[in-house]
Amino acid sequence: MTVIQEFEKHPLAKYLRLERFPHIWCEGCGDGIILNCFVKALDDLGVNMDKLVVVSGIGCMGRVAGYIKCDSFHTTHGRPIALATGIKLANPKLTIAVISGDGDLFAIGGNHFIHAARRNVDMTVICSNNFNYGMTGGQVGPTTPLNSYTTTTPYGNIEHPFNLVHLTAAAGAVYVARWTALHVKRLTESIKKALQKKGFKFIEVISPCPEIYGRRNKLGKSIDIMKRYRQISEIRHGYDPAKAEITREKIIVGEFIDIEKPTYGELLQKQFLKIQKKMIGG
Amino acid sequence: MTVHREVLTGKHLMQGDVACAEGAIAAGCRFFAGYPITPATEIAERMARRMIEVDGMFVQMEDELASMAAIIGASWAGAKAMTATSGPGFSLMQENIGLAVMTETPCVVVNIMRGAPSTGQPTEGAQQDVMQSKWGSHGDYEIIALAPASVQEMFDLTIECFNFAETYRAPTFLLADGFTGHLWERVVIPPPEEIKTVERKKPVVPPDKYLPFKPDEDLVPPMACFGEGYSVHVTGLTHDELGYPKTTDPKIQRELVNRLCQKIRKNSDRIIRTYEFMLEDAEVAVVAYGIPSRSSLSAVKMARKAGIKAGLLRLITVWPFPEKKVEELSNNVKAIVVPEMNCGQVVREVERVAKETPVHFLSKIGGEPHSPSEIFEVIRRAAKT
Repeated sequence: MTVIQEFEKHPLAKYLRLERFPHIWCEGCGDGIILNCFVKALDDLGVNMDKLVVVSGIGCMGRVAGYIKCDSFHTTHGRPIALATGIKLANPKLTIAVISGDGDLFAIGGNHFIHAARRNVDMTVICSNNFNYGMTGGQVGPTTPLNSYTTTTPYGNIEHPFNLVHLTAAAGAVYVARWTALHVKRLTESIKKALQKKGFKFIEVISPCPEIYGRRNKLGKSIDIMKRYRQISEIRHGYDPAKAEITREKIIVGEFIDIEKPTYGELLQKQFLKIQKKMIGG
Repeated sequence: MTVHREVLTGKHLMQGDVACAEGAIAAGCRFFAGYPITPATEIAERMARRMIEVDGMFVQMEDELASMAAIIGASWAGAKAMTATSGPGFSLMQENIGLAVMTETPCVVVNIMRGAPSTGQPTEGAQQDVMQSKWGSHGDYEIIALAPASVQEMFDLTIECFNFAETYRAPTFLLADGFTGHLWERVVIPPPEEIKTVERKKPVVPPDKYLPFKPDEDLVPPMACFGEGYSVHVTGLTHDELGYPKTTDPKIQRELVNRLCQKIRKNSDRIIRTYEFMLEDAEVAVVAYGIPSRSSLSAVKMARKAGIKAGLLRLITVWPFPEKKVEELSNNVKAIVVPEMNCGQVVREVERVAKETPVHFLSKIGGEPHSPSEIFEVIRRAAKT
């Protein structure tokens, strides 16, 4: 049996571009788990794949756009949200999911992220946070914890990391959640909720990077990292995201924000109808 | 009389920037993303008012990186899309201009050039971004850039830009100087049925037979947009005809990048537009584009009055460079005069193809266009050599 024939037996195979497998991710990486949860959510919801667009940036997680069988755009580094904004506003009937990494979304792409959240553009953003730039060999990033070792912080990191859920909530997102790659069912449910909700939704997924970040910081194998997630994660829905900083001792997970607010598209539609009425009337 | 919201048929006194916006709407542009910058802001302002009237979409993005990304996204969602900027913003757009080239995304970028480098002279016109238009993004590629010299052309050539962008699936530039952008002149807008517009080629095969980046004979692949059921994957990585990354296969990189260049080069006869004035018997030819071409026209008339056989070749298409035309011209004249509002950009191209024929360059920067007498003086000198 060929590899592809074996893949074809997977119940979620129809959502994937099987000819592109095996994927590029290292053994024990959390990105495959995120992909799995995402397509499971699509399957559970019966999402119309002809109207779904997956947009990603550059990095390990950025390769995800090429694995899902729908319209997909693998953009320049940091720009997936700006490009997705164009797609959504030009064709509001499309469902948009941006799936990318912490460096892509919050370092080079940080400005686009906060402004799309502020505008409340209708899209679901999933961030695989592995605390470093994995694809380029493990450099410091905007979420790397203090004192961690990366190739560009050989003496330990002296930059304070972002608390992504706090940042996103402050920027105006209507849904903000955090899970780890261990919380497969809860993450899937969270993605389903986000896909059904209107506005700018954000899910952070704490993702093991055993080969690069893990090795350099002596975190052990993926299974050890997963065990650690189980020990130190604590589910607290509705918790103040400002206080949900990730520490060595604790990862607060759960749904932090779940509010209603008119989206950019809804406000535009309202304005459009008003102007059209005026033009016909006058 | 029927009033068209899309095409403002009639005679107007209009600013260049506004005429550009109206040209875009007449061409079918229904998505505009931009960021304020002098002297291009009026295009965004006009679009903010007008897009909603024509069922289009205007969005002011957080910067020019985002504006360029947004129009690429909008184009893949099926819209004719445009952004407008000036030098500093144009520099920020270069990254995603490369993405538009690589992903063969039809879109229009307007650059109303101002004095540079850096923040330079925001309110003064210049022609300092001509080489940036050609070489600004990384890698090898060909682009199309048109240079208007009147408010009427701000309207007409914006339409032409959209038609080229849709035909060749390439980012296309309207490269205007700040003077033309801010100029007020009469514009005649024809009735909609007299405006020729072009739509991108669509696939004629079902999704399972469709190769999104397999070109037709004209080297341009038909384009399925998002939401049409074709499951297209688009990437800035080197990709095969399916659109999948193939980054270490030399043959695929060679074929793709050469095709991206060739689809413009091989069609250059269809893309190149020039205007000729009294060149038949000319001994001295002025080669100019944009605002300096207007002073050049007066200078040529002055020269003729003074008994000098002068003529004008105005480049409407700057890229691809009309090299055959200029080479031909160089064989027929004693000297060529090139006035530009920069320190020497298009003149390099002219010198490259003119070979033995002497080329006199007349640089003028600072925010004052050339006067006809300045150009006339150089024509007079050139005629003596």
